[in-house]
Amino acid sequence: MKKVKVTTAILAMAFVSLTAMSCKDGKKENSEDAMHSEMNHDEMNHDEGMNHDEMTVSNDSMDSNAQTTDAKQVLADYMTLKEALVATNKDDAAKAGKKLENTLNGFDVNSYTAEQQTELKDIIADAKEHAEHIGKSEMDHQREHFKTLSKDMMDMVAITGTENTLYQQFCPMYDGGSAWLSMEKEIKNPYYGSKMMACGKVQKEIN
Amino acid sequence: MKILKTIVLILLIAFLAIQFLPTERNESDVIPKTDFLLVNNPPENISTLLKESCYDCHSNNTEYPWYNKIQPAAWYLEDHIKEGKAELNFNEWENYSDRRKNSKLKSIINQIKDDEMPLSSYTLIHRDAILSDAEKKTLIDYMTKIKDSLE
Repeated sequence: MKKVKVTTAILAMAFVSLTAMSCKDGKKENSEDAMHSEMNHDEMNHDEGMNHDEMTVSNDSMDSNAQTTDAKQVLADYMTLKEALVATNKDDAAKAGKKLENTLNGFDVNSYTAEQQTELKDIIADAKEHAEHIGKSEMDHQREHFKTLSKDMMDMVAITGTENTLYQQFCPMYDGGSAWLSMEKEIKNPYYGSKMMACGKVQKEIN
Repeated sequence: MKILKTIVLILLIAFLAIQFLPTERNESDVIPKTDFLLVNNPPENISTLLKESCYDCHSNNTEYPWYNKIQPAAWYLEDHIKEGKAELNFNEWENYSDRRKNSKLKSIINQIKDDEMPLSSYTLIHRDAILSDAEKKTLIDYMTKIKDSLE
């Protein structure tokens, strides 16, 4: 009888771990499904914007300020993320990170020169990792990744140009000095939020 | 009592059945030229620390523990190794661009500093993978040095 009990205990443990495993897998599939549908959705949006995009490119392909729809969307997503960090809202920041990751996945670099494409692909690959981590991390990690992501965004803008004026802002206190991009001149610090909202200065105006 | 017996029997069969499901093993004899240790040629103590505490999940070659022969433990490991390699594969180091190396180094430094790596579920069994405070500092200083040389 004792033997039966022990065997039962062992098997129960095996069963529990198995269940845990299958739960985990199940969850994963679900989130992948969600990703797929989101991605499809994004691709659809992307298609809608396509014609316009191609037109812009063919019209002023020589103009360095010909910012494609993709590049514009990446910046828009980055700004949403920045706002969430200013508001110290982890969930919104995570959502914005996932959105940015999706947009970066669909970034079409074909309208750029070969050299620019190599550079852009590198920036995108890096930014994607940061966006992905922001999508699943705690606030302090989100901000760590935001710092490097901001560097990626500045380098991207240097290639893609921008239609809206951007302000490169800088907070000397966070992690030995950290920069970010903003659409407004006024400082709203994404690294500290309300703790030190006005910390920083405009470093550069990008047109 | 009869119900209990049936349940036990079913579980036993399930447990045995999953032992036959295949797992992908992460093993390779070849260390590519792009490997972090070959490229950066760090001092002996650094290589030892990296191999003991990181390489099982962040390279193409895992030194498997005995329980990898038993499901569902093997699945659990497979999952972790896959995830670990996707984040950072030391064997592929030289294939990363400077931008990405910089990001990886930053993450390595932060994760060691915050005690997030090596994973506690890993050090639970691999006691020799635990980094002492002095070892952490050695690793962080070294990684910082490499990071600074990139910038």
